[in-house]
Amino acid sequence: MSSLPVEIESSQLIKVEIMGKVYEVPTGLTMLQAMWYTGYELLRGAGCLGGICGACSTTYRTKGDIKIKTCLACQTEVEDGMSFSLVYTYYPNRKIPYDFDAVEDPKQDLFRFYPEASLCRNCDACTEACPKGIDVRTGVWEAALGKFKDCSEKFLPCVMCSLCVPVCIADIAPNQIGLYVRRSQGIFFNERPPQLLTRIEEIKEGKFESEWESLLAPVQDV
Amino acid sequence: MDKIEESKKRVQALRASRKDIKWPLLSEEEKHHLVHKYHPDYKKEAYGKIRIGPNQGEETVREVVKLLEGESCISSESISLTPQRQVDVLIIGGGGAGATAALSVKESGATVLVATKLRLGDSNTVMAEGGMQVAVSPEDSPIQHFMDSLRGGHMENDRTLLKTLVESGPSIAKWLLDIGVLFDREEDGNLSLRAGGGSSQARLLRCKDYTGLELMRVLKDAVLDEDIEILEFSPVVELLTDGEGNCSGAILKNLDNNKYTVVQAKTVILSTGGMGRLHIQGFPTSNHYGATADGLPLAYRAGAALTLQDTFQYHPTGAVYPEAMSGILVTEAIRSVGAQLVNGNGERFINEMETRDAVASAVIRECQEGRGVETPSGRRGVWLDMPLVDVLNGEGILKDRFPNMDRQYSRYKIDISKDPVLVYPTLHYQNGGIKINADGESTLKGLFVAGEASGGIHGRNRLMGNSLLDIIVYGKRAGRAASLRASETKFRELTLRHLEEYQSAQKEAGVVPQLVSPILFPDYVNKD
Ligand SMILES: Cc1cc2nc3c(=O)[nH]c(=O)nc-3n(C[C@H](O)[C@H](O)[C@H](O)COP(=O)(O)OP(=O)(O)OC[C@H]3O[C@@H](n4cnc5c(N)ncnc54)[C@H](O)[C@@H]3O)c2cc1C
Ligand code: FES
Repeated sequence: MSSLPVEIESSQLIKVEIMGKVYEVPTGLTMLQAMWYTGYELLRGAGCLGGICGACSTTYRTKGDIKIKTCLACQTEVEDGMSFSLVYTYYPNRKIPYDFDAVEDPKQDLFRFYPEASLCRNCDACTEACPKGIDVRTGVWEAALGKFKDCSEKFLPCVMCSLCVPVCIADIAPNQIGLYVRRSQGIFFNERPPQLLTRIEEIKEGKFESEWESLLAPVQDV
Repeated sequence: MDKIEESKKRVQALRASRKDIKWPLLSEEEKHHLVHKYHPDYKKEAYGKIRIGPNQGEETVREVVKLLEGESCISSESISLTPQRQVDVLIIGGGGAGATAALSVKESGATVLVATKLRLGDSNTVMAEGGMQVAVSPEDSPIQHFMDSLRGGHMENDRTLLKTLVESGPSIAKWLLDIGVLFDREEDGNLSLRAGGGSSQARLLRCKDYTGLELMRVLKDAVLDEDIEILEFSPVVELLTDGEGNCSGAILKNLDNNKYTVVQAKTVILSTGGMGRLHIQGFPTSNHYGATADGLPLAYRAGAALTLQDTFQYHPTGAVYPEAMSGILVTEAIRSVGAQLVNGNGERFINEMETRDAVASAVIRECQEGRGVETPSGRRGVWLDMPLVDVLNGEGILKDRFPNMDRQYSRYKIDISKDPVLVYPTLHYQNGGIKINADGESTLKGLFVAGEASGGIHGRNRLMGNSLLDIIVYGKRAGRAASLRASETKFRELTLRHLEEYQSAQKEAGVVPQLVSPILFPDYVNKD
């Protein structure tokens, strides 16, 4: 079964530089596919292969552009003259463990866990770095200003790739803040759904027991 | 390419005429015929006999037979079994089931170690889009959830397991809310529910089309909040037994330095997930990189029986174009809000909300009989007419509810609210697996299994949304039961006697192993 997971569509070859070495690869491949094509055995840097786990965070340049860009390698097609490096095969995270049972005021406690959360200097580098198109900077401000609902909505697509973290000049970890805010929003600022609570009670009180009995009885006779 | 464009135009031209037509559901008999004729599970040539072990004489696909009959990378001569680590409960696999089990073990007070192949959370769980089934609406009940799942599973589900699954659903949903999962809500505060294929009621809880991402993100964060030791890039390559029918530990391989670690555990929970990356019968897959069915050969060699190991789910709508996206899932939920399946002539051919095996079979039929569309790389597919979702529900609804799908396609400049996309079944889920009881225990004592690696709950065809429920319900149950057992047992001897017995069975049956299993990763590296 040794073969790429995709068909090669075109005989046209392009030059790309992968972690400092130049290779010729067919067009139409993603960065990760190009790595398999050139003989890389990927043990790190690949997870879901579907743009949703953040394992393949990458920095790259395109031909003639001075800008360093960031992306997910499983989601980005190679182009001629591109140079890329799968650098964050493991990002050194700074996740603060928190015990939500001991949290009394989640909006204040944000600063206890992540005191730097209010230090944003508006450079917007985080937003530019985000491969999911999240308005990260605004999200961080919303967290700091206690607008947890808005912040939660912004961070829904966050894949925790951490590309926003090293670019922050104030040492904020926006993805960690987004996650803390989302969990707080769920735990503290959402009523438990009435229909769900009713159903749990009904099951506890045995409302469905007689139906189960008649449903399962004939089966047990077999 | 012109042919594709022409066909696409027909799809668009005929949209108005088919949009309100309710396609009839198949009778049981029609469905039976369709599935038996076209579904890959019924393709005899793809199957082979298992010649050794607990399921000897039964069949499964050749790719899995090879794994089961494979040889271990470990031998008694090459390794010392002096334990380097001791722990009450060892959890193998850090997806949704494994993370849930870890929290459950921790809560019970037992010591726990999680060993996983990639990073914690790199899994099939994180990829789930559509949602999780829980019977919460007043019109619905656990009984109806049970009946739908049983019908979907061709009546071959383990009824005890299934009853436990549906009855635990509501309290599991509450637990998830309590640790901070943000399911979509209605204005009145109730959970927003959507219908899934083969379900008589709307009962899918979801977080837009990021349901798995949300679950995995919260579960992982909750695990990191606890003092739980996690070994990443450390897959298990062999289980250990005491030679008397009990699982007593496992051997991990550190992928960075190729060193082995021998772990002695009172109980072991296997939650290694599915098998999409085996590319059974040449299918592309929706699964993550590590979905190589590792749990099956590990458990089987150690003596645990499998069940329904011959049945797989091919999700009807995997992308086939652009080529770089092939296999990527287009969630069923898009059909549940009105997207239609249309062949190359612009005609519908199945009720989109039939169970997955029936819809997949119908797509294969259309393509085999020349009514599909060929892509530039030679794949075939039919159209999924997504723009219809906005026509039926209002402009902007499609992108609002399915932001992830929108992003996936917009990279290739395809606007899903304007253009239909080409799809074909993609290898998606392992319906069967390692046989378990309601505590999640396999037929090998001390070895518990949770999640996609296990079998029985879903019969021959899992309903959409039942797997996310399964991994949490059984992750918790296995965690609880394994901790309880650990509190009653001592550490047992570590041996490879099961391997020696397996090897002599192989010799006796004339089985020559064709590969080393588990394979850990698919082999995609170009050797030219
Ligand atoms: C694209 C997609 C969409 C889906 N959508 C839905 C949906 O909407 N609703 C639904 O209910 N279900 C859905 N499913 C199915 C569902 O997501 C999975 O079946 C379920 O999440 C499996 O969970 P798990 O914990 O058993 O396995 P996984 O989440 O796959 O976790 C298994 C873990 O074990 C690790 N592992 C593997 N081998 C080893 C080894 N040898 N040693 C150590 N670790 C190992 C893996 O790397 C992984 O981290 C979807 C699946 C996919 C792929
Ligand atoms: S591998 Fe998961 S985001 Fe790229």
